[in-house]
Amino acid sequence: MSFLNGIAASSGIAIAKAYRLVEPDLSFEKKNIKDSTEEIARFQSALSASKSELEVIRDNALKKLGADKAAIFDAHLLVLSDPELIHPIEDKIKNEQVSAEYALKETADMFVMMFEQMENEYMKERAADIRDVTKRVLSHLLGVQIVNPSLIAEEVIIIAEDLTPSDTAQLNRQFVKGFATDIGGRTSHSAIMARSLEIPAVVGTKESTKVIQNGDLLIVDGLKGLVHINPTPEAVVEYEKELRNHEIQKTEWAKLIHEKSFTADQSFVELAANIGTPNDLEGVINNGGEGIGLYRTEFLYMGRSQLPTEEEQFESYKSVLEGMSGKPVVVRTLDIGGDKKLPYLNLPEELNPFLGFRAIRLCLEQQDMFRTQLRALLRASSYGNLKIMFPMIATLEEFREGKSILEEEKQKLVSEGEKVSDHIEVGIMVEIPSTAVLADQFAKEVDFFSIGTNDLIQYTMAADRMNERVSYLYQPYNPSILRLIKMVIDAAHQEGKWAGMCGEMAGDEMAIPLLLGLGLDEFSMSATSILKARSQIRNLNKKEMEKLAADALKMKTADEVLRAVKKI
Amino acid sequence: MVEKQFTVTADTGIHARPATLLVQTASKFNADIHLEYKGKTVNLKSIMGVMSLGIGQGGEIKISADGSDEQEAIAGIEETLKKEGLAE
Repeated sequence: MSFLNGIAASSGIAIAKAYRLVEPDLSFEKKNIKDSTEEIARFQSALSASKSELEVIRDNALKKLGADKAAIFDAHLLVLSDPELIHPIEDKIKNEQVSAEYALKETADMFVMMFEQMENEYMKERAADIRDVTKRVLSHLLGVQIVNPSLIAEEVIIIAEDLTPSDTAQLNRQFVKGFATDIGGRTSHSAIMARSLEIPAVVGTKESTKVIQNGDLLIVDGLKGLVHINPTPEAVVEYEKELRNHEIQKTEWAKLIHEKSFTADQSFVELAANIGTPNDLEGVINNGGEGIGLYRTEFLYMGRSQLPTEEEQFESYKSVLEGMSGKPVVVRTLDIGGDKKLPYLNLPEELNPFLGFRAIRLCLEQQDMFRTQLRALLRASSYGNLKIMFPMIATLEEFREGKSILEEEKQKLVSEGEKVSDHIEVGIMVEIPSTAVLADQFAKEVDFFSIGTNDLIQYTMAADRMNERVSYLYQPYNPSILRLIKMVIDAAHQEGKWAGMCGEMAGDEMAIPLLLGLGLDEFSMSATSILKARSQIRNLNKKEMEKLAADALKMKTADEVLRAVKKI
Repeated sequence: MVEKQFTVTADTGIHARPATLLVQTASKFNADIHLEYKGKTVNLKSIMGVMSLGIGQGGEIKISADGSDEQEAIAGIEETLKKEGLAE
């Protein structure tokens, strides 16, 4: 037995066999063949194997993801029957006496190029379809296995270099018990998704894809950040026991679902959840969320080939607002860029995407896209308690411009006779140090702040949160960060506004005592952390925490703060 | 050979799902079936051919079928186009 160290990204323990989600090697050399009839037959059988595989994937998609997503695979199936593709390949095998691999690749590449050169965005995307289908046939010709996460039909632990948000979204909760990746940190998207799916995960193990083989028995310890490879039977027994204890603890916490979040001295805070899609609502309700503190709308825009329509967005927002039955729902407008890309927007690659053209910066320039989202939100506003939040605000002008666009769209809708709520709060994410420092001025114009600690820490410490080598600089307890947080909370209270937090820190048991002491009003976290946080807060005394926070603000290092927190 | 002219009414034009449906329908017949749009003709049994045209709303398309079941083919395609609200 051996083990890998990584970053604990999503708590819990998983014990299952490894499933490597790794791109197979599809390289081959150009070969001439003697018997073209035999070669064509080989090509045909790879085609039919690919088709039956795609049919299974399509049927799975239909059951799990709906007709919309399944239609993509119908199109893929048709590509495999397309005479304009198949005949030229067979002709090439016959006339040039080349191998099926070569004929397939050459012909498909020609189509890929043709589609890529088209003006229309949608058509450009079709190139990816052809590439995808070609890969599948090629894998059958070469006899290597292509990975198909949607075909997984037994309990597994996914091993990958990294998981994209769309990979994670495809994972079947029923069978995927955990995952481990080579790269990423606690705040990378794969980690955030793992927590929202309640799947134990360890990220940043550096070499999981190198040392773990398909079928290895693994234990993913999402608390300690360990992956055990082929553990001893004793270790398995030990972990199974821990797994049961974890379940028992969860049952304890579950008793707090309908309780309010009061401290021991009867001070109230709001515990809200971060969500990505309306599907996450169930988790919020089952975990006793008192609101949605962050609805990340970018998932509506991801894993597709064109922008979502106003109607599609309206339906999603409406279902979340209705689902929360009047409880507050903070919707963050599109935050794309950084580690989240949208291929169909065709944005140029940037050297520093986290410091680049993203979020509100992009929205204020591509206003059509922004206005569509705002209209959908405004129309949905009458179905619940909507609050709108702009991400990545660095200057007051950006906020003012965003808000005036919102006002314009609201006036338009009202004059069109649409019902729009008159009580929509408009606030900002505080994730850029300039905004935290100037929070007293912002507080006069915004309705609320929500502190996005993942980015605030990365920008304050100037440490890329995707780079493991500087991950030691991700220091939520550093007094500099605590001081910025305090400035924001105080500024809000000065103007009678509220301050929340929707970064990872809000659900961190070591940070909660400090945040409580700093006066944070709303804590928004992964739904699965809510009950644990509630049980912790009920045992904390706010007055004492104020003292702790005041001391912490005067400390010199993150370690010193951490030691002080551990003492309570 | 039989031919028939249609005007595309679907607001997304003939993309994605509509293209898939059309090719699926055409593939059921033995006849050679072609689609002409803006002077370009493609095999209606070819998904890549149909998609490469980028047919938008309001586009004028001509469908032709040639073969033993050409009448049924045109009728079948017309039915799909109308039933799915793609063209008339």
